[in-house]
Order: sequence, then structure tokens, then C-alpha cells
Amino acid sequence: MVNFTLNGLEVSVEKGTTLLEAADFYGIEIPTLCHDKGLSPYGACRLCLVEIGTPGRSRLVSSCTYQAREGLNVRTHSERVIKARKLLIEMYVALCPSSKVIQCLASKYHVTKVRFSPKHEDCILCGLCVRMCDEQMQAKAISFVNRGGRRLVSTPFAKKSEDCRLCGACIYICPACQTRCQGPQEENILCNACLNLEPPCLEKFEDVMCYMDPCVACELNTDKKPNK
Amino acid sequence: MGLRTNPKACYRSYMKVDLTKIDQIINQIIDKYKDDEDVPYISILQDINDEYRYLPEEALYRVSQKMEVSMSHLYSLATFYKCFSLVPKGEHEIQVCMGTACHVRGASRILEKVTRDLQVKPGKTSENGKFSLETVNCVGACAQGPLVVFDGKYVGKLTLNKIEKMLGGNHEKDNKTS
Repeated sequence: MVNFTLNGLEVSVEKGTTLLEAADFYGIEIPTLCHDKGLSPYGACRLCLVEIGTPGRSRLVSSCTYQAREGLNVRTHSERVIKARKLLIEMYVALCPSSKVIQCLASKYHVTKVRFSPKHEDCILCGLCVRMCDEQMQAKAISFVNRGGRRLVSTPFAKKSEDCRLCGACIYICPACQTRCQGPQEENILCNACLNLEPPCLEKFEDVMCYMDPCVACELNTDKKPNK
Repeated sequence: MGLRTNPKACYRSYMKVDLTKIDQIINQIIDKYKDDEDVPYISILQDINDEYRYLPEEALYRVSQKMEVSMSHLYSLATFYKCFSLVPKGEHEIQVCMGTACHVRGASRILEKVTRDLQVKPGKTSENGKFSLETVNCVGACAQGPLVVFDGKYVGKLTLNKIEKMLGGNHEKDNKTS
């Protein structure tokens, strides 16, 4: 077992556990775009970054690829982390404004403006579909092609692949394929339709009780603690 | 496998896609690396690329069948590395350095001259299949600038006259051999 500090809590996890898994186990939510439990960690989206080390000498690492070590001081929601994460979300919104997953993240993390020009890409190169096809479906029909700015996901020679079984797992897992809900607002880069939703705990308690999503704890406890 | 800077490989005459050659290469490689856990796909592709001066689609399929590796993995390798080409390359490869030092010393004029003389655009192969022209950003020999890498040989301190000599000489060589 490895003992370390997670947001001030003394926690212990098994050796080889990544920080993301540890945080997930202790109920701390870290946003990700390129991580899935059934697939190998990839560290592409950088949204899962956390701050490690003592304040003043800390650094940001991607928690999905960083394994927990003895005596580590991890902060998943420090000021520096939130600032970096918000900037990343802002860039993702500019890159792919049509994605529901990204728009919901923007609302959740209170990203209210986008300072970058919209690119309207179809793909954020998270690699989920490539890993899904390879590791779970065992088909290996698609892969990354080219490099740098010309990188994209494609089948060999952009032809219909013989390895593809048309299972649709790549579309199922794609965070950019799910189109955003537009609602009554006029079309904008940033949706922010869910921004005004308050945490449900505030209706019943004076303080936000948890950071879980969806929050079920306070709904269970409604008849026990009607303090307000 | 080490660096592949065998200039002779570039002088081979153009070949039709012959799959028996690929089988030979694959068999050689399998013998060479049969104890390794990681199969050196890149080495195989490099050998094929040396042989044909590009990676024919049929060759990739053959490798994927023989080595039991996915086609998508090979294609991803072939498109990632600059040393691989999926379209046939010319007999001679010319790389014109466009780095800062060479640029200051007139690399753009050199490039213009080469483009005009050989009727090739940068990144393309001439119609007769003799020359492939590429621009590169720095080859690390800035003191020699302006610089052209001709079939792996560095030709430095170029002037327009020297270029003519270099290309002219090779034209003659081509006439003799063909």
C-alpha cells in the first residue's frame, strides 16, 4: 500500500494505482476527455492535471498517467489547477464547439468566455476511438495518421477497412461526436445553458454538502436533516 | 538497424512491385530478430522503402499478413516518419536547406534555380521519375550554407553556377547508365 495526501486527506491505495483512480476511489471528481476505465491511460487531453509537491515547489502532472507514490502531496482542485483547467476547457471549446461533452464541462467549470477563434474541428485527437478499437474491440481498424498539425484518425489509405466490423464503439466513446443541445439561445461558441443551475444541496442545507455528481447524498437525507 | 545512408540504394533502376522481394526481406528480418520481443516493424519498412524508394500498398498488406500486425499500425508508422513515402520517389533525392543561416545566404534563390532546372516543385517528384525535391529546415551544417543534400551527400557553399555543375554532372551520369 502507498500512503499519500490527497486534498489534505491521508489516504492509502494499492501500489500502481494512478492518481486519477485514487481520486475516483475517494470520491473526488477530476474531469477527463481522453480517459476511460476500460482503456489504457493516454494523457492526451491534460484536463486531469493535478498539483503535486509542496506549495511553492509544486508542479502539474496528468493524474491519469501518474502513479501514486509514498508521501506525495496531491491537490486536485487548487487555484493553479483550476486556472490551468479552465484555460484548457476554453481552448477545447474553441477547438470543437459542437461537442456536448465539452460544452457541459465549460458550464460546470464556469468557463464563461472564449478568447480564441473557433476552429470547428470534428476531432480533438483524444485517441479514445483508436484505443477502443484496439484494446476492447480487438479490431485495430483505425489509427492515427500523419503527425503534428496534420494528425488525424483514419483507416489505412482512407479506404474502407477489412478489419472494421462496424461495431460503432468508436462513435460510442467519442466525446466530440455527441452534438450539443442548442436550446432557446441563439447559436454561440459557448453554450453555458447549464451555468445557472445551482447545486441541489443549497435548497436543503446552508452549505454545499458534497462535490459528487449527480448528488444523491442529500436527496437520501432529506427527511433526516431539514435544518434550513 | 542503424542509419540508412547507403547512396547506392538511390541509383537502382525503377522496379515494378515484386512481392517475392518483400517476402525475402521479411524472412531475413524474422531470422535476425526472432529472439526480440518487440518486432522491428520500422526496420522492415525501412528495408522495403530502400528497395522500392517508397512503400507500395501491396507491400504493406503483405507485411501485415506475414507478421500478423494490423494494417492500421503499419500505416500509422508509414505516415508518421518522414523517411517513409507512400508515393514513388525519384532516383535522386534533393533536399534544399531553408534554415535561417541558409536563408540569409540565399537559399530561396537556390531553391528557385533547382525548381526551374529540374521542373519539380518542392515536395514532389519530377515527371520522368528522376528527381525528388524537398525543402528541409536545417541539416546542422550552417557554416556550409547555402546547402543542398544531394542523395545523402552534403553540397555546401553553393552558388548558382555550382548548382548547375552538380545537376549537370548527374544528368550526364544518367545518360550513361540508362
